[in-house]
Amino acid sequence: MKLPRIRFEKRLTSPRWLPVASLAGGLALAMLTIAIIFAVLGVDPLVAFQRIFRGGFGSVYGLQETITKTIPLILAGVGLTLAFKGRMYNIGAEGQLLIGAIFATGIARAFPDWPSFLLIPAMFVGGFLGGALWAAIPAVLKTRFRVDEVLTSLMLVYVANEAVKFLVYGPWRGSDTRGFPITDEFPLAAQIPSIIGTRIHYPTLIVAILLAVLIYLLLTRTKLGYEIRVTGENPNASRYAGMDYQRIALLVMIISGGLAGLAGMGEVAGIHFRLRPPESISPGYGFTAIIVAWLARLNPLAAILTAFLLGGLLVGGDAIQIALNLPAATVQIFNGVILLFVIASELFNQYKLRLEV
Amino acid sequence: MTSVLSENQATVQLRGIVKRFPGVTANNGANLEVCKGEIHALLGENGAGKTSLMNVLYGIYHPDEGEIWVNGQRVTIHSPQDAIRLGVGMIHQQYRLVQTHSVTENVVLGLREGFLFPEQAARPRIVALAEKYGMKVDPDARIWQLSAGEQQRVEILKALYRGVKILIMDEPTAMLTPGEAMELLHILRRMTAEGLTVIFITHKLEEVVEVSDRVTVMRQGKSITTLETAKTTQSELAQLMVGRDVLFQLDKKAVEAGATVLKVEGLNVLSDKGLPSVVNLSLNVQAGEIFGLAGVSGNGQRELVEAITGLRSVSSGKVVVNGEELTHAPPRARVERGIGFVPGERWMALIPSMSIADNMILKNYARPPIGNGPFLDQNAVAAYTDGLIKEYAISTPDRHTPIKRLSGGNIQRALLAREISEKPSLLIVAQPTSGLDVGATETIWNLLLAERARGAAVLVISDDLKETLALSDRVAVIFEGQIMGQFAASEANLEQIGLMMAGALRSSEADAQKESTAGEPA
Repeated sequence: MKLPRIRFEKRLTSPRWLPVASLAGGLALAMLTIAIIFAVLGVDPLVAFQRIFRGGFGSVYGLQETITKTIPLILAGVGLTLAFKGRMYNIGAEGQLLIGAIFATGIARAFPDWPSFLLIPAMFVGGFLGGALWAAIPAVLKTRFRVDEVLTSLMLVYVANEAVKFLVYGPWRGSDTRGFPITDEFPLAAQIPSIIGTRIHYPTLIVAILLAVLIYLLLTRTKLGYEIRVTGENPNASRYAGMDYQRIALLVMIISGGLAGLAGMGEVAGIHFRLRPPESISPGYGFTAIIVAWLARLNPLAAILTAFLLGGLLVGGDAIQIALNLPAATVQIFNGVILLFVIASELFNQYKLRLEV
Repeated sequence: MTSVLSENQATVQLRGIVKRFPGVTANNGANLEVCKGEIHALLGENGAGKTSLMNVLYGIYHPDEGEIWVNGQRVTIHSPQDAIRLGVGMIHQQYRLVQTHSVTENVVLGLREGFLFPEQAARPRIVALAEKYGMKVDPDARIWQLSAGEQQRVEILKALYRGVKILIMDEPTAMLTPGEAMELLHILRRMTAEGLTVIFITHKLEEVVEVSDRVTVMRQGKSITTLETAKTTQSELAQLMVGRDVLFQLDKKAVEAGATVLKVEGLNVLSDKGLPSVVNLSLNVQAGEIFGLAGVSGNGQRELVEAITGLRSVSSGKVVVNGEELTHAPPRARVERGIGFVPGERWMALIPSMSIADNMILKNYARPPIGNGPFLDQNAVAAYTDGLIKEYAISTPDRHTPIKRLSGGNIQRALLAREISEKPSLLIVAQPTSGLDVGATETIWNLLLAERARGAAVLVISDDLKETLALSDRVAVIFEGQIMGQFAASEANLEQIGLMMAGALRSSEADAQKESTAGEPA
């Protein structure tokens, strides 16, 4: 008469392999779901997966492009590992990235005569400050007025979007762009060099990897990192120990926003050499970075690897769009499905399922 | 016992109920017999097993042993739905209402009658029910607009609407103002007059005498006896409730009490709900003494301790430590002035998923030798943590193990070790041994006595009266945020303490006017 009921029971102990197993299980289910979506779209899933892999990792050109896209993903993703560790759910890295791009562009336009060794570092600093500023807004709203940072950081993405559009259609539109909504090309001194024959702007890549290591050390070796971890894991214990929540929340957001801003700076100064409409600066790096951070289980070093994987997925997704004639949103669907399953799989680290008859 | 009432009048019978949880036996052969149309009080201290026994009757727990009889039939109750089908309803201390929904919507929530707008059809029935039992409730009001007393009436309506004939109420007056409590008692009388039955869980003697027809006293998971309320007295009930167990004899060496370390003067503190929970309270704790605060939990102990440690703001009064006023100082400043604190909810002071080392440095990470400029000195962390593990015999594979993997006794020892290692001049320990077995309890007690011998002022807050009396040099009893009496532990009179804990007796000074302080929640 009664249907069996599914109950979640809290685990009292959990084996060491469990986090890995649940992550693998989540990814496997995500793949299965994506395969079903392919099948519905009339594409053989195996062919599609193969194409994605070949597109992202299977050729020299594919790998070059993957590494190029890995750069902003490392920067923004590492920043988010820190924010999420501190329980600040910064969903607006995309907007922070765009404001970073605006600040970098502003500096390139303001000091066109500076030599490269001054101008490029100034643009790094500017990019960081822009993103940090944009992330500080939700942080202050959260700590002063208890406004949910998820909503404010997300909404500020759209504001940043419009800000970029306003600039490229308006005051910053170039003089020799034949009507396109883009700025003039940056002076040569403001262009970050790339490995010859590729779009890999290696100074940004080196900075990104260094920052990942630095953030890792910050979390594991410093007092601030300890405070961030305690506050994120147990806000009550943080209060009990007398930690300054407002300071921690603000710092975490500023650093994560700053890193996203660096990612935006890298895109305009390393690839496009000008400010463009938002969708051509970033195909959603700031949102993909959320998956980078969660897939890495909030470990900044692991985020280097997951950024590379998701970079490859972006490139491979582009490849199948053209080759298999799939809609442009396909990659975003991948990302959404993966994020959903990865986050859902975390549940099984704390709970086990029991069927009740 | 033999009931004066014949078998078929008993509407509920619980026979030999045993309910075990890992490490604890909540009920150990409890019996209860409730007659139709009576208000039956279930009296006992915290942890006596009252609520868990009623959770068995309501189908939340399944008994390991024992029988449940309802209306003369042996029944098995798998879930609250089963219980309601048998006419048994329960209202918990925490109301289960949807704050943004209306009264009517809450009453019909979860019922499967009508597909569209079932509350339209239900509304007249709800109004009629409320009228019948003299409950004033606006069926269209939203829950968040209602006072605690009104919300409780909604819970009662929910039960009545579902055809409940036997209503269990867990500490129903705990959240109410005195006026609302009086009103509740009238409603309950009307209900029993109509043939309904009420089981009333309480630890307040006054209420037992005021409302109940009969009372069953519980202690340590067992039902001690059932009495007719008219034929008993508050002091007899107090004695039965606290028990006459031999006190633990501790090897307590005499320590000369020294200077006053903690001085609390005329303290007033509000609860989370904005109600007065510590009322004009004063106390002193001296160096080299253990001062025990006895009382049923929820009488302002938590708020008092949080006010002393800086986790809760003080509305008026003073907190002075070692002659320095710290009433409004931030928590960190108090840690640095030598206040150690082991809260009753241990996970408030620990981070379960983090390692033992990360947990041990929670209080001193910012200062040398652990804190070194902006860094944590990993060698110092290792030396410090390994030192504590060894000194306090914390049983763990290593310092990297997440603290949640340790046993309850080891977790408490680790927590206490951390607080003691700072050599606090004031050590506050709430529920020092709750949930611990005998061996672990002894270790914790000895650690506290060692702190006393070192010259620390120790404030112990415990629900467990035996523990408080065994450990303390002086004892005070707290009830509704006020000190009811204070005496040397050696001169303690259990009966008196029982009465004070239940709010039925107060030594010396006249009762403070409650009217001026009791407020209705908005």
